[in-house]
Amino acid sequence: MIATARRVLWQIRRDRRTVALLVGVPVGLLVLLRYVFASQPSTFKHVAPPMCGLFPFTLMFLVTSIAMLRERTSGTLERLMSLPLSKPALLGGYALAFGVLAALQAVVVCTVGFTLLGLDAAHGAWLVGVLAIGNALLGMSLGLFASAFARTEFQAVQFMPAIVFPQLLLCGLFAPRGAMSGPLQAVARAFPLTYAFDALSRATHPGRLGGSFVLDTAVVVGATLVALGLGAATLRRRTP
Amino acid sequence: MVIPDLSLEVAAGRVTGLLGPSGCGKSTLMRSIVGVQVVAGGTVTILGRAAGDPTLRRDVGYVTQAPSVYADLTVTENLRYFASVTGAPPSRIGEVIAQVALQDAAGQVVDSLSGGQRTRVSLATALVHRPHVLVLDEPTIGLDPILRVELWQAFRELAANGVTLLVSSHSMDEAAECDDLLLMRKGAILAATTPAGLRASTGENDLGRAFLAVVRGSEA
Repeated sequence: MIATARRVLWQIRRDRRTVALLVGVPVGLLVLLRYVFASQPSTFKHVAPPMCGLFPFTLMFLVTSIAMLRERTSGTLERLMSLPLSKPALLGGYALAFGVLAALQAVVVCTVGFTLLGLDAAHGAWLVGVLAIGNALLGMSLGLFASAFARTEFQAVQFMPAIVFPQLLLCGLFAPRGAMSGPLQAVARAFPLTYAFDALSRATHPGRLGGSFVLDTAVVVGATLVALGLGAATLRRRTP
Repeated sequence: MVIPDLSLEVAAGRVTGLLGPSGCGKSTLMRSIVGVQVVAGGTVTILGRAAGDPTLRRDVGYVTQAPSVYADLTVTENLRYFASVTGAPPSRIGEVIAQVALQDAAGQVVDSLSGGQRTRVSLATALVHRPHVLVLDEPTIGLDPILRVELWQAFRELAANGVTLLVSSHSMDEAAECDDLLLMRKGAILAATTPAGLRASTGENDLGRAFLAVVRGSEA
């Protein structure tokens, strides 16, 4: 597992531009958002903190689905499947490597957001950072699973708007879920990102965290594990 | 690819050549042996164990047709990863790099290497855990003649050390390098023989012509 994590990190480290984009893009978007809401600072302060915790989800979904697709198409996965490497060790290695990257991303975006841009999180910026890493792992495991259904990188890229955007639209970030129609609310409750957003929202707004927060994070962790399990099931030792 | 009713044996400690035209089922057969192919029926046994048996993964080395290494890592980094996955000691990394004559390129990113060098990196990663059985799918394809000779020397050395090699090729001039030959066409083994046996049975000195004679004989 450590070996795979180290290998994945080496690969990414060599690709300096990817690292720069991973760290720079969320910060850039957050700054952009600050100026979009220049005349409504209260809206920015309301929307931006949960966003800090959602960026890693989106980016890790994309990065993982492409990385895994490359592993499948380059023949290295077939080679690995003929070697004494267990699937949990392979997936765990990926999770560890991307967890490190997500942590880097979360630290940078939270530092910029909560110091330079003057954001507040009622229960501490560190909690937003921790939730961001958890969300990144959720994005990673969904990306891993989605990559099994893509034959080309073009297809893999399309999965991001197909799988990530509906979850972002319905989670409550853009419009409160209470204002949505009943069926939409039901769909939103079926998406794991909804619970990730709720947990972030509770962490950034005043009030007791309580049992609902625990439940939300438990759903996110559970969804991550289910997606990882499904992803593992798509890694076949034998292929046609 | 469908390979009906095929039965063959590969002897231990020898270089067996699997020869036949492209698309005849060589890769499918090799993937079945390594245990990564979905097999509809039949049995494949390696070292007395069923193909795909988890305990075989330590004993079998497999090189896919296209070099399957990480293009964004250096030669050494690739080998370090495969060594740790297979539990090979780090000292093996330098040994296999020397074995495939890539000492000068050890620190280079695979992406920047030539096609022949990449093939050799791929081969080195399969050698790192000292497998008892090596399955090599067209390992010399696209290599220059000198390199080809060197690689065949390396294969001979491995066999001399007791390693069983199954090497596929669609080029009959490599048949002469093998101890045993399996001639394959359209999913069937036409002949299991040796270079000398093939020459004797067909009366052709040139192994390429001999293969053609076997093909004609099977169709007649």
